[in-house]
Amino acid sequence: MDKTRRDFLILGTRLLVMTGATAAALEHVLNGAPEAATEYKKAEHWWAMIIDLEKCIGAGHCVRACKTENDVIDEPMFFRTWVERYHIDMEDPDHPIVDSPDGGINGFPEKYPDGSGKTFFVPKLCNHCEDSPCTQVCPVGATFQTDDGVVLIDKDYCVGCRYCIQACPYGCRYLDPRTHTADKCTLCYHRLTRGLIPACCEACPAGARQIADLKNPNDPAHEYLRTHKMQVLKPQMATRAKVFYNGLDGAVR
Amino acid sequence: MPGVDGFMYPNEIELQWSVLIVLYPFITGLVAGAFILASLERVFNVQAVRPTYRLALLTALAFLLVAPLPLQLHLGHPERSFEMLLTPHTTSAMAMFGFVYLWYLMVVLVVEIWLEYRKPLVMTARQSTGAKRLIYRALTLGSDNLSPASLLVDDRVGRVVTIIGIPSAFLLHGYVGFIFGSVKANPWWSTPMMPIVFLFSAIVSGIALVMLLYIAICSIRRVSLDIVCVDTVSKYLFYAFLVDFSLEMIDLMHRIYEADESFRALDFMVKTRLFTSQIVLQIVLGTVVPLGILAATQLVSFSSKARVRLYVTAGLLTLIGILAMRWNVVIGGQLFSKSFLGYTTYKVGFATREGLLPAILVMLLPFGILTVLLKLLPPWNDPEITIDEIPAVMMGPSGGAR
Repeated sequence: MDKTRRDFLILGTRLLVMTGATAAALEHVLNGAPEAATEYKKAEHWWAMIIDLEKCIGAGHCVRACKTENDVIDEPMFFRTWVERYHIDMEDPDHPIVDSPDGGINGFPEKYPDGSGKTFFVPKLCNHCEDSPCTQVCPVGATFQTDDGVVLIDKDYCVGCRYCIQACPYGCRYLDPRTHTADKCTLCYHRLTRGLIPACCEACPAGARQIADLKNPNDPAHEYLRTHKMQVLKPQMATRAKVFYNGLDGAVR
Repeated sequence: MPGVDGFMYPNEIELQWSVLIVLYPFITGLVAGAFILASLERVFNVQAVRPTYRLALLTALAFLLVAPLPLQLHLGHPERSFEMLLTPHTTSAMAMFGFVYLWYLMVVLVVEIWLEYRKPLVMTARQSTGAKRLIYRALTLGSDNLSPASLLVDDRVGRVVTIIGIPSAFLLHGYVGFIFGSVKANPWWSTPMMPIVFLFSAIVSGIALVMLLYIAICSIRRVSLDIVCVDTVSKYLFYAFLVDFSLEMIDLMHRIYEADESFRALDFMVKTRLFTSQIVLQIVLGTVVPLGILAATQLVSFSSKARVRLYVTAGLLTLIGILAMRWNVVIGGQLFSKSFLGYTTYKVGFATREGLLPAILVMLLPFGILTVLLKLLPPWNDPEITIDEIPAVMMGPSGGAR
């Protein structure tokens, strides 16, 4: 449907404003573009993410890469992905101390001297839940799950009621003050469909974030999931989250 | 981060739903409550509340017309809101609002008011000249048959509409409660009690509002109020309030006893950031005190003047309490982190799009609309003479209608 519309627009533009030579040049450019070059079939993929908390060093590269790649508004209360630092004092394990200075975009200044407890980092992002509460509550269906398992938002359709933001148990959504529409991680869908991995995975210096195609039998994610004890955030929410954590501490919420 | 204690997920620091969304359940609650009071007379034949019947219907209409306004002011793209009607997402609780609203407005309230007022509309049209005549003739929709058989049909259909209206009023406000109660991500909201607590608090607020309006209008018109009517209305207010209070206490006790994973965070919030609005305004001043006053009027015999003063005090405190309840649900539900590890602060702007000024204007608007409706469709003093007695052409212009 989209392709047809685009074809129509291109043809219309050619007819209206272009000479034959420039139109041929445009066609050449379009054919060379990565989007047209990849034969991406949604039905052949089912995307998820694996995060190995034992590898995460809280560098914040993922947050920076995400903000840059996706033009996320540069203010400290809007994040498609962010990193939290948990500190659990063994004498008071019920009250973890959590911080995420500017979403961890600049890393974490040293705060806890060695031996004072347990400290670890937890990157967060949209869980692209199979039974996502955000898509359930959207009054116009502007947020939806694609056939390849990614939850997206149609910004031309979103009414900006913020019900999805309330419904997300993980705090992954925000209202973009520039467009007045909901926004969140897309798993860099524009990259996935061109055969690239999400910016956060590419930028992680420790290899803590791995995109996983659960429909691809050759994806090493299957072996990883089989050999590690994986957990999702807030399993009691029964959202069938698709961001799987290795080494997730029970204190993490 | 200023205004934040402990840890919030970064995207949670700014509240999503503002004071305008506090007004949305408050206003729809007043609508549903006013209608339930009206139906007492119509369906349950409580004749004592007859003087408030039409006032209650017009109050419900005035507030219902304003109900979508705070939502529209809040939306990021109000110009797309009609998409909820054209392409509703069927799994969304919110998508149903337009349909519930239109059903209630067009099928219940407007029809009932028109049937109730058809006779005075025809009479006024016949007794008037010029523009007034045209306006009233238009309002009759050309249906000017005032024969006893025709009026009987009005009455019967009106009764059926009211009977449909009662579950519709329950639907309207139970539904608003469901919008909050079905959000499983938020433990402050997520309870099956929410629709029913919203419903009963709606009935309480609507009855209190109509009672206050009736007393105020009698005072403005300098006519003596029907004390039996006010006594009866306040009695129903008391009963509804008892049920509402009991339901809220059941919910509270359940939460305290069950003490699930969210309890500590919510308990701390109620004792700190929500203390004034929840404990002081909602529970003590807005519930216990008016309930005590209403109980006293049932048990002790005060003079009628003293009773009216007590009813006014109780009514005003009730409205403050129910408004505080809406605030505590909507704002309170966003002050704590879904990580249960921290709290944020709600800063209300003043002359901003979702600030205090638009909120005040939204709350004043229904009173303006009600004033117009009262002028157009006076609930009192129908034109006394009927066409059966005197030919229409001989009728004077006054007709008793104000």
